[in-house]
This record gives sequence, structure tokens and C-alpha cells, in this order.
Amino acid sequence: MELTLNHYLVLSTLLFAIGLIGVMRRKNLLMLFFATEILLNAVNVGMAAISHYRGDYTGQMFAFFIIAIAASEVAVGLGLLIVWYKRTGKIDLDQMTSMRG
Amino acid sequence: MFEVVAFYLFAALTIVMFTITVMTQQALYALTAMAAGMIFISAFFFILGADFLGAIQIIVYTGAVMSLYAFGMMFFDTTRDVVEKRNNPRFVVVLGGLAAVLIVLIVLAPIVTTDLNAHYPIDVSVGNSQAIGMVLFTKYLVPFEVAAVMLLVAMISGIVLAGKKMDKSLTLMADEEIALMHASSHHTPEEGGH
Repeated sequence: MELTLNHYLVLSTLLFAIGLIGVMRRKNLLMLFFATEILLNAVNVGMAAISHYRGDYTGQMFAFFIIAIAASEVAVGLGLLIVWYKRTGKIDLDQMTSMRG
Repeated sequence: MFEVVAFYLFAALTIVMFTITVMTQQALYALTAMAAGMIFISAFFFILGADFLGAIQIIVYTGAVMSLYAFGMMFFDTTRDVVEKRNNPRFVVVLGGLAAVLIVLIVLAPIVTTDLNAHYPIDVSVGNSQAIGMVLFTKYLVPFEVAAVMLLVAMISGIVLAGKKMDKSLTLMADEEIALMHASSHHTPEEGGH
């Protein structure tokens, strides 16, 4: 039995589904960030697999840039989260509906 | 053969870890399970021959991102259970799986029949790290520099938002308070700064 590209794509889809479930069910913003990290990692697995099976470095390059973007997203997001927590004492998504009239 | 065994082992471990991350009520469990899942993800990169990517995955995700989350969690009340509003969990699961499959289909549909040819074909005569460096610094130099600037901006914004003076934050103060603080520090220079 040999591993094919489809194995990795199915795995990538499964991980992406787990991340999407997390994004949809979480109301705590920290947990929501965790779920987005899972989404980005699922995409990275697919990128690396396509890079390997198509014999092209482009997939790995995109995975690198995705990792860089994820790192900066965490830095900015956690900073904003800390400011919000110091201001309100909560990081729940439901309490952020400040634009309701 | 070992490749197949390793793939299924790490696939099962990764799925279990990320499921714990998504489903648990404890923030600390979620953090540790995700750190484990990130390390297991790097195993796929090593199986696929992307050695440099696997090393970067361990260094950046479990080294930088996870420790950043751990530091961030010191600010939050992580001991209490995370309360989630759940009106219909099965609906969410079905919708999540459906959306993931749909995204894969949308991305794959235009290219699945066409015969793609490689822009930067894999060179077996040099190692993965060397080849990555050559492609990154010749073909992807501009995106690399843009990513560097973006990381710099993220670093500055992180310092500004969660700065060192934790008792008073410039982002939380009104303009008058900031002006007052500046004025007092200018009038009495022997008190400020030390």
C-alpha cells in the first residue's frame, strides 16, 4: 500500500473541518484563536503534500508565508485581546455587540 | 511501509489532539493539546520531505506561538470553565464538515483535470533547506521582504497594545489623561524616568 496525495488531502479536509467546528461553536475569543490556528495548519499540510507529489517548491513557499502571517496574527490578536480584557474583564464574543442600536 | 504506518499514527494523533482543543472546556487543556497537535503536524512535513518546513513548524508554532499564547493566558481567568452557548451542536458539526468539503471542491475543481507543470521543480541534487533558500531568495524575494515588514509591524503593535507598563496603558487612557501625564513629567523632571 502506497501513500497518495489523496491521503493527505483527506487528512487536510478533516483537520479543516475540526477547525471550522471550533470556529463555529466557540464563544470565548481565545478559543476562537486556537481554532483559527488549526485551520491554518490544516491548509499547510495540504500545501506541503501538493508540493511533494507535484514536484514543485511553490507549495512549501506558500506554507512558509502562511506561518509568517499566523505568527503576526497571533501577536496583534493577543495584544488586542489583552486590551479588551483590561477594559471589560471579559473576552466573550457575545459581549462585544457594542454596535447594537 | 513505515511511511504508511507513520502517516496513520500521526493522522490519528493529530485529529485526536485538535478535537480535544476544539471540544474541551478548560483553556489550559486546549493550549497543551494544540501544542502537541502542532508537533504532530510537523511529522507530516518530515514524511513529505519538507525538512525545513517541519523545523520551522516546530520552532515557530510550538516555540513562539504557543509560548505567546501561554503568556497571554496569564492575563485571563483560565481556571474557570469556558462557557459556550450551544443551541444545536449537530447542526454545527454537519455545517463545518460540509463547508470544508465544499472549499476543497471549489479549489480543486478547476485544476483537477488539467495537467499542471512545476514552476520551480524539486531538485534532488541539493538538500531541502538549500533548495528552499535558493527559491526563496531568488523567486520569492519581494514577498519575503513584505513578510518581514509585516512581522515588524506586528511586533510594534504587540508592544504598543500589551506594553511594559501594565498598570497604565496608553490605549486605554483618554487624551486628557495622556496630556496630563506628559505635562507632569515635563514640569518635574527629577521625579520621572527613574
